Amino acid sequence: MSKPVIARWREASKRFGTLVALDRFSLDIHAGEVLAVLGANGAGKTTALGLLTGLIRASSGHVELFGKDPTSTEARRGMGVMLQTAEPPDTLTVAEHVRLFSGYYAQPRALAETLSLAQLSDLAQRPYGVLSGGQKRRLHFALAICGRPQLLLVDEPTTGLDIDARRSFWQVLRGLVAEGTAVVLTTHYLEEADALADRVALIQHGRLLALDTPLGIKSRVGGQCVRFRSTLADQMLAQLPGVLRVRRDGSHFELSATDVERLLPLLLAADPGLRDLTISAQSLESAVVDLIKEAA
Amino acid sequence: MNTAIRPSMTKIYALESWLAFIQVIRAPAFALPTLLFPLAFYVLFALVLPTRMGNMAPAHYLLASYGAFAAIGPALFGFGVGLAMEQQMGWLALKRASPMPIGAYFASKLAMAMLFALCTTLLLGGTAVVFGKVRMDISQWLHLTLVLVFGAIPFCAMGLLVGSIAKAQSAVAIVNLIYLPMSALSGLWMPVKMFPMFLQELAPLLPAYHFGVLALDAAGFEVGNPGVALMALIGFTLVFTALAFYAQRRRWSP
Repeated sequence: MSKPVIARWREASKRFGTLVALDRFSLDIHAGEVLAVLGANGAGKTTALGLLTGLIRASSGHVELFGKDPTSTEARRGMGVMLQTAEPPDTLTVAEHVRLFSGYYAQPRALAETLSLAQLSDLAQRPYGVLSGGQKRRLHFALAICGRPQLLLVDEPTTGLDIDARRSFWQVLRGLVAEGTAVVLTTHYLEEADALADRVALIQHGRLLALDTPLGIKSRVGGQCVRFRSTLADQMLAQLPGVLRVRRDGSHFELSATDVERLLPLLLAADPGLRDLTISAQSLESAVVDLIKEAA
Repeated sequence: MNTAIRPSMTKIYALESWLAFIQVIRAPAFALPTLLFPLAFYVLFALVLPTRMGNMAPAHYLLASYGAFAAIGPALFGFGVGLAMEQQMGWLALKRASPMPIGAYFASKLAMAMLFALCTTLLLGGTAVVFGKVRMDISQWLHLTLVLVFGAIPFCAMGLLVGSIAKAQSAVAIVNLIYLPMSALSGLWMPVKMFPMFLQELAPLLPAYHFGVLALDAAGFEVGNPGVALMALIGFTLVFTALAFYAQRRRWSP
């Protein structure tokens, strides 16, 4: 990628006592890209993000935000942050909260624009305390985007949202990316990372396990997913051409395979009684699960 | 992003302070006790039960001492409970990750406490003039108001220390345990002279006693040395602030 680097981790490590939460983690964030940081709970995602917000200090190595220390107010003016748990005071209204945060930035959006992007226009005068869970999440998002930041850091932005709300959130995020905003997001919904991210950083045990496009991650594990019911033996299936992996649950099989067109006739010839055949693209979810298992 | 352009610091501090004030004035659990308790006490003990304390008119004397009592409440609660709560809710973390200058957060709470002290002073002062027939020179009124508003500062520092150490659930209890006994033992409810001897000797160890001395001095009552009281309050402020910063550093760098 030729776009300029706007933030980076360089050999950044973080130890909490004897626990190594992040281990010589290096990664660049480029202007305008969407980077999904994935990994199991406790893998080090929150620590990596915490270093970027300056809320956590690296034990060794260093972290840069717009070429500066992440605790610098000046660097932070280029970033908007949405944390998993940050509850604003109940008694202030949506508009008051957004106005206050907008003031921290040099060239904020107009209040009406922020509220409209976050779908809060009708709720501007409501106190925070009376909002529903989804509305609260939208306010957290509004606080992150009100300053027109060049880098948006969102930690589990859609947790607790229903599927409609999630999809409309994606749409807003895509709009911001079209404006040139870079986004770093963590999520438990791998479908979300697949739909939004230019690159996926997979973290395990505090280390960067894989860094690739969603397609690249999926093709590492193998092109397509073939499911069926059969009486065939695992070993026999594993030896068929193009088969990368065999998973079995009773009579249900799931193969990861390349070159499916060549594989299918062989499969059907081997077991004429084969049933319930489906072929689908490898999901990011199963690819990530495979990669993590492989590394463990 | 153009990093050369900076937002207006004055605006940030002003809006942060105003909203810190609005935030608590809209919360009945905060505003009602801090505004109405001192007023209710004043009305009851200075106006309704007009007992004579020596040759001092209670409406006049208690205006100064309840004025101090009223100024301490929002300072202690705003910092002690507010800080502990916002810390626990993750709100302070988001503020720290934002481009807000961190000083604005503390300055806004300080401004809130001083603004609140101004409100209670006006409330008690108005009641004293209308119902207590208290009369003072304009310069005395000004002096008393300044003392009561700025006298909130040491108790902001004290609250800052509590809020930096206590968890949200225990902060309310801790602040109440400090606020009411300290106010009583410092002579803000009745003159220290009416206490047993050992309590009279204990009183100068409490910052609220010195606040009382300054407030009473402004209202024309001599109960101690105002110069000593001022130095004591400055000393308490510095010590509490230093301890609070030490606690904050430990809290934020695990």
